[in-house]
Amino acid sequence: MLEIKNLHVNVEDQEILKGLNLKVNKGEVHSIMGPNGSGKSTLAQVLAGRDSYKITEGEIIFEGKDLLKLSPEDRACEGIFMAFQYPVEIPGVANTYLLREALNSIRKYHGEEPLKHIEFAKFAKEKMKVMDMEDNLLKRAVNEGFSGGEKKRNEIFQMQILEPKLAILDETDSGLDIDALKIVADGVNALGSPERAFVIITHYQRILDYIVPDFVHVLVDGKIVKSGGKELALELEKKGYGWIEEEKTAANS
Amino acid sequence: MSVDLEKLAEQEYKYGFVTDVEQEIAPAGLNEDVIRMISARKNEPQWLLEWRLNAYKHWLTMKEPKWPNVHYSPIDYQAISYYAAPKKMETLESLDDLDPEIKETYDKLGIPLEEQKMLAGVAVDAIFDSVSVITTFKEKLAEEGVIFCSISEAVQEHPELVKKYLGSVVPHNDNFFAALNTAVFTDGSFVYIPKGVRCPMELSTYFRINAENTGQFERTLIIAEEGSYVSYLEGCTAPMRDENQLHAAVVELIAHKDATIKYSTIQNWYPGDSEGKGGIYNFVTKRGRCLGQNSHISWTQVETGSAITWKYPSCILEGDNSVGEFYSVALTNRRQQADTGTKMIHIGKNTSSTIITKGISAGFGQNTYRGLVQIGKDATGARNYSQCDSMLIGDKCGAHTFPYIEVKNSTAQMEHEASTSKIGEDQIFYCQQRGLSAEDAVSLIVNGFCKDVFKELPFEFAVEAEKLLSISLEGSVG
Repeated sequence: MLEIKNLHVNVEDQEILKGLNLKVNKGEVHSIMGPNGSGKSTLAQVLAGRDSYKITEGEIIFEGKDLLKLSPEDRACEGIFMAFQYPVEIPGVANTYLLREALNSIRKYHGEEPLKHIEFAKFAKEKMKVMDMEDNLLKRAVNEGFSGGEKKRNEIFQMQILEPKLAILDETDSGLDIDALKIVADGVNALGSPERAFVIITHYQRILDYIVPDFVHVLVDGKIVKSGGKELALELEKKGYGWIEEEKTAANS
Repeated sequence: MSVDLEKLAEQEYKYGFVTDVEQEIAPAGLNEDVIRMISARKNEPQWLLEWRLNAYKHWLTMKEPKWPNVHYSPIDYQAISYYAAPKKMETLESLDDLDPEIKETYDKLGIPLEEQKMLAGVAVDAIFDSVSVITTFKEKLAEEGVIFCSISEAVQEHPELVKKYLGSVVPHNDNFFAALNTAVFTDGSFVYIPKGVRCPMELSTYFRINAENTGQFERTLIIAEEGSYVSYLEGCTAPMRDENQLHAAVVELIAHKDATIKYSTIQNWYPGDSEGKGGIYNFVTKRGRCLGQNSHISWTQVETGSAITWKYPSCILEGDNSVGEFYSVALTNRRQQADTGTKMIHIGKNTSSTIITKGISAGFGQNTYRGLVQIGKDATGARNYSQCDSMLIGDKCGAHTFPYIEVKNSTAQMEHEASTSKIGEDQIFYCQQRGLSAEDAVSLIVNGFCKDVFKELPFEFAVEAEKLLSISLEGSVG
């Protein structure tokens, strides 16, 4: 589904990603872990199409298409969704309005008829239940006055509505209490499907108790330095990142 | 794909066509003879002619205001023609008599004049250059005693009402442009709602400038008797031309005891091209008097057109417990300039006023809010709430705010909030990541910003306003 080959990315002339490789197949859950500043969020932003990141080398193929040639909205329409680490507020724009516009824009891209208000409302209501969200959250302006937990839950709710092929969760778990974490995880698991893949970017092993990854990758200094199964996450939790960096240094010397 | 907020492209102005119709156009220039000609053409009584001439004399002594925060080359008032009317006008008994070219013009503008085709419950007065070409639903309104006709017709049919109220809100010597309007006004709408009547439909006037090198000077007068209610809407468009055209209107509203007037404007005059060439100079005086107790005047305006806008729809709150409201969205894109706001003059006791303005600047647009809230010494218990928000799109545009507050009574309660925000690339990117194009994202964000004002518009027009705003913003991101 997604193949990243030798990706090099600069931000303001500083190289952040230094030759990253990653392959994600349908139905897989990948977790990307790593210390602060290792390039995790950069990877998420680049996949979503943020233009302040400069790709100096490498390629990204998504469903057979050159992803780097697509605009952010076309990537979204092709089925890429990113749950933002810091979701923005859009005053005056109702959550439901943004989502209906977004969903209909994606449907239009695929030559489908737009959903009518009533159809959309019914669809949204069902998804609200999964996320244990109050009805008024639909009518409220996008993220305006939402608590940190509400914002994150809203991201997953949006993912539920847009039903992407590939969902990238950028530190969705940070700042969540254990109850909110469970709800977010339930929301992700409810979408689990052999046709869909997830990339979960996180600092902590905690969320992986609820969303079980098929692969765990450790990103250090712009490169994936170690990959493994879910047990790797537990090992990281116990030992921290230091031992991997030492391993890497040893390997290089 | 980059979101370059600075790149501005030419937007298309849909209403820029010219109607080919035989017109009678007065020679350019302003003098007493022209005024006498206009008055004679309209078969006006002597007092009205004298009022016009008096205004003209005052105008000659007045100076064009220089305090607005707008810049334009001097206007040559002798190069403008002050009267233009389609030839086949005379007495129009029914729509069948209307010049098909003019009818087609309104069809193209989306204002069909056949009553059966119109939006249910909206009566229209169509003004083409200097004259009203037709007023719809007149008979139906007459059943309720509502008078809705052109002001020229009102002068003939209801002279006592016109004489009593014309100039009672905006005197002939009020300001430079109002004096000019008084001297040469040609047509406009007249509305009279009798005591206790709730006007059964929305009333609207559609202004169209067509002729070249002419000015449009309309005069609107709305009177709401005790306990009555009316909602009135005006829309305006003009052809695309390289020359600037002057539009100097006066609107007067009178609300008696317990009466309510809601006045909404969707202004979409030609804004000029991306270099600032052409476009309408929109210099308008709008004012309402809340004469009686518990009277209520509400102005809502969506200003997206004109090269230059200079207008301050105001309320004079004379009656105790009277209420004034001003809701405004003003958009300046390309080289447009707007200096707009309101005046709320509190005279009666327990009067209250609300001001909510949303200024949006894109391109090289300059947007100024200018407002005055004045609490007189006898206005015990007066309250005002003002909220002035500005949004900037790109970094070549400007937003300016000049709020004036004068309080002469210590019991007054005043609240003023203001904000300036830049439309964020983060917001646009967020919407794009959800599947919207950058342009749709901007229009979504801007419409959200304007929501508090749009909700004051009659429903169908709120939808129109949202669309208009999106069109006017086209090309503001690329």
